[in-house]
Amino acid sequence: MATPDLLITALTSDLDPAGLMPARQQMALSLGWHIVLACFGVALPAMIFWMHWRGVRRGDDTALLLAHRWAKVSAVLFAIGVVSGTALAFQMGLLWPGLMGTYGDVVGLSFAFEGLAFFLEAIFLGIYLYGWGRIDPRRHLWFVLPIAITGVVGTYCILTVNAWMNAPVGFDLVNGEVTNIDPWAVLFNPNAFWQFLHMWVAAYMVAGFSVAAVYAVGLLKGRRDRYHRLGFLVPFGFASVSAVLQPVVGHLLGSRLAETQPAKLAAFELATETDSGASPLRIGGVLIDGVVRYSIDIPYLGSLFARNSFTKPVQGLDTIPVEDQPPINMTHLAFQSMVGIGTLLALAVVIFWVARWRGHDLLERRLFLRFVSITGVLAVVALEAGWIATEVGRQPWIVYGIMRTPEAAGNNSGLWWLLGITTVVYALMTVGATIVIRSMARRWRAGEQDLPSPYGPRVETLASSEKPS
Amino acid sequence: MTLEMAVAAAMFVGVVVYALFGGADFGSGFFDLTAGGSERGAELRTQVDRSIGPVWEANHVWLIYVLVTWWTAFPEAFAAAMETLILPMFLALFGIVLRGASFAFRKYAETLGQARFFGVVFALSSVVTPFFFGTIAGAIASGRVPASGRGELIGSWVNPTSIFGGVIAVGTCAFLAGVFLTADAARAGSAGLAATLRLRTLSVGLVTGAVVFAALVPLERDAPTLADGLETRAAPLIVLSFLAGAATLWLLWTRRFALARPAALLAVAAVVLGWGVAQYPWLLVDEVTIADAAGARATLQGVLIAAAIAAALVLPSLAYLYRLTQTEAWTRPDH
Ligand code: HDD
Ligand code: HEM
Ligand code: HEM
Repeated sequence: MATPDLLITALTSDLDPAGLMPARQQMALSLGWHIVLACFGVALPAMIFWMHWRGVRRGDDTALLLAHRWAKVSAVLFAIGVVSGTALAFQMGLLWPGLMGTYGDVVGLSFAFEGLAFFLEAIFLGIYLYGWGRIDPRRHLWFVLPIAITGVVGTYCILTVNAWMNAPVGFDLVNGEVTNIDPWAVLFNPNAFWQFLHMWVAAYMVAGFSVAAVYAVGLLKGRRDRYHRLGFLVPFGFASVSAVLQPVVGHLLGSRLAETQPAKLAAFELATETDSGASPLRIGGVLIDGVVRYSIDIPYLGSLFARNSFTKPVQGLDTIPVEDQPPINMTHLAFQSMVGIGTLLALAVVIFWVARWRGHDLLERRLFLRFVSITGVLAVVALEAGWIATEVGRQPWIVYGIMRTPEAAGNNSGLWWLLGITTVVYALMTVGATIVIRSMARRWRAGEQDLPSPYGPRVETLASSEKPS
Repeated sequence: MTLEMAVAAAMFVGVVVYALFGGADFGSGFFDLTAGGSERGAELRTQVDRSIGPVWEANHVWLIYVLVTWWTAFPEAFAAAMETLILPMFLALFGIVLRGASFAFRKYAETLGQARFFGVVFALSSVVTPFFFGTIAGAIASGRVPASGRGELIGSWVNPTSIFGGVIAVGTCAFLAGVFLTADAARAGSAGLAATLRLRTLSVGLVTGAVVFAALVPLERDAPTLADGLETRAAPLIVLSFLAGAATLWLLWTRRFALARPAALLAVAAVVLGWGVAQYPWLLVDEVTIADAAGARATLQGVLIAAAIAAALVLPSLAYLYRLTQTEAWTRPDH
């Protein structure tokens, strides 16, 4: 069945609780929004640490200035990251009472440790951000390190929950009753590791390329000073290492799917039936009335990528009952967008560093700078696509093989209203953050170091008499 | 103490601390809102920024701690409360989102117009959010959240106990914030600001105190189980709250601002604790007890371990942060 049909069935089915569709949309919106900020929350502290360290060790004032400015930007991003995260904590219960009521004590411990990590993160964030100029610089530097670490720990904990939804462990289902609950098995579940690693690396890509993109634009506009070069190179370095690692990690993550979630893998690979030998790699293509159209098939590669083998086929959709299949096209296209972008970015950074090693500085090339200035957006698209592939590809299950998504939803048609309001609020927050960060950058370019207190009308005479004329 | 009780106690510690410190952050919105025009209010608003800027994110995490402990340790009761109280929960959530975002935006805003806009959003949502939390507490305490199925969508949180709960929450938040801001302003040497804040805090304190004690009358009919607990087991706490509240007002009156802070904390903590003690052993009053609501034992043990680790790691860091904010270097204006 093609995606629109599935959506319509889901929309109109009398059997589904009224809270299902709006809850799904709301979850996708708020998670899709939070995850972008979460990436900055995970990766920026490490980049700031690197810069700050460099500034302190080498007495490099440019590096210190960059670290200080990044810290100010992160203050804004963190604030909205924290509130959108809080929104998620509420929404787990508000939107999915069936899930939290039944499995709250199975996955809860992971959330508890996540909360613990974020607690420490928030505390050290307060110390670091307000410590500029107030704590001895050499000591101050170390306060950013706990933030970088706790962000990663928190990410691991939350991903154990998602990995658990993909491959549930830590309980037994006896006559419909959840028993023998072992929350530690969820916290240390083996599937979480690769998912976490992939997400962690993705966070460095998103933050690294995004920050590098900002300075690439500056370089394009002719601001070719050391400040811009350094501001470009450090985040681009972080992004480069991650971009090269990501396809490897992604491949290792994906090779577990044949066992854990065959339906998702079939959708990723657009495998309508189980081939008798190796499966091809299908690039592009959509499924229309059960037939794959418009795809480029490369023999063998499908099996190689998905199964690490030249002979084992990918299990086809024909072996999976229709009611257990995810929306195929959306899953497939999302997955391929992610892999496509990932491959492109990995190639791009390799080209940059090889050229640099051979003495060509691509920073002199406008074309390359133009490309870098969109890599931030590309990384975000890959990130969102990856999540859509994972989450939509798990449908119709909220807990794979155990609980269907409709069972988890409440019976609340009023949720549509809340979705509407949420959309407006998140849109406004996006606009607000953009305005504020841009205005910060404008002031910095104008040479103002510190933002004056904005609360009272500025005393113009004073301000202008202070300016050297 | 049973395992369930220990977990419930650990969770309630979170409720009390969030009411105190998160409350003081929310309450600053009241003073921000009533600070006057952009020129007259500038000093106070800068003070609000300086006082809560470094700590609000940390104070906020207590809420997350409570939510997570709740759904982990008492999952069905959590789902029940979320189903029935979906409206006030969402309203509180929107308040939190708007408030946190606009607080950060206004600090870094470029123009006075922007700062004003974000400032108004911050202040309004700060005042309104505790109200919804108060109504939620009222709904649970008056037995309006059924253990299964759906309670009344509106009536569950629009009723005498909830409304009083909401008003008391707003009042106590403002009172705490006033005491803290006055002390901060005095310490930073802003004598004029401290004087204004002192008078406003005194009036907020008197009004809130009056509401707390007036609420005891309607509770008698609207929330008999809670009222019964308040008049018996929790009575000493209510008396303690009265004494501490009176002491706070007296300390403010005599300008001993630093001492007024612990007294105010004690007054509010005693009220919140009184609510908890009064509704013991119910988790959702008249519906589910703490013992019956508890989830798997292994999970409860895990939660206690997590709470112990939190106590070992979080409390010292938090204490360090608070201590820093009280030092001379941190009281100075921002760079
Ligand atoms: C910058 C972002 C980014 C990039 C460039 C890539 N990915 Fe990815 N991918 C993610 C960001 C992401 C993600 C958003 O972080 C996901 C969603 C869930 C998860 O844990 O990671 C994900 C999920 C995900 C899954 C699904 C796992 C599951 O559902 O259990 C697979 C198989 C891959 N990825 C494979 C790859 C491969 C082979 C890539 C090669 C280039 C790749 N990803 C690049
Ligand atoms: C660890 C993190 C995450 C958890 C615990 C989580 C949990 C959930 C839950 C409970 C649902 C609803 C049930 C369902 O439809 O299966 C859901 C759906 C969804 N989530 Fe996630 N999610 C996470 C991360 C993300 C991220 C970062 C995105 C980013 C785009 C995302 C996108 C979606 C989408 C698109 C749906 C709707 C799927 C559908 O109903 O077709 N998720 N997620
Ligand atoms: C893959 C998915 C996720 C990742 C990587 C992630 C990561 C993060 C990070 C790094 C932060 C720190 C705040 C910041 O730096 O901006 C954060 C905040 C938060 N997240 Fe998420 N998150 C994810 C999904 C979720 C989900 C599903 C929930 C809800 C249950 C959630 C709840 C929270 C909460 C409550 C906070 C605020 C904590 C605080 O006050 O510091 N997150 N998240």
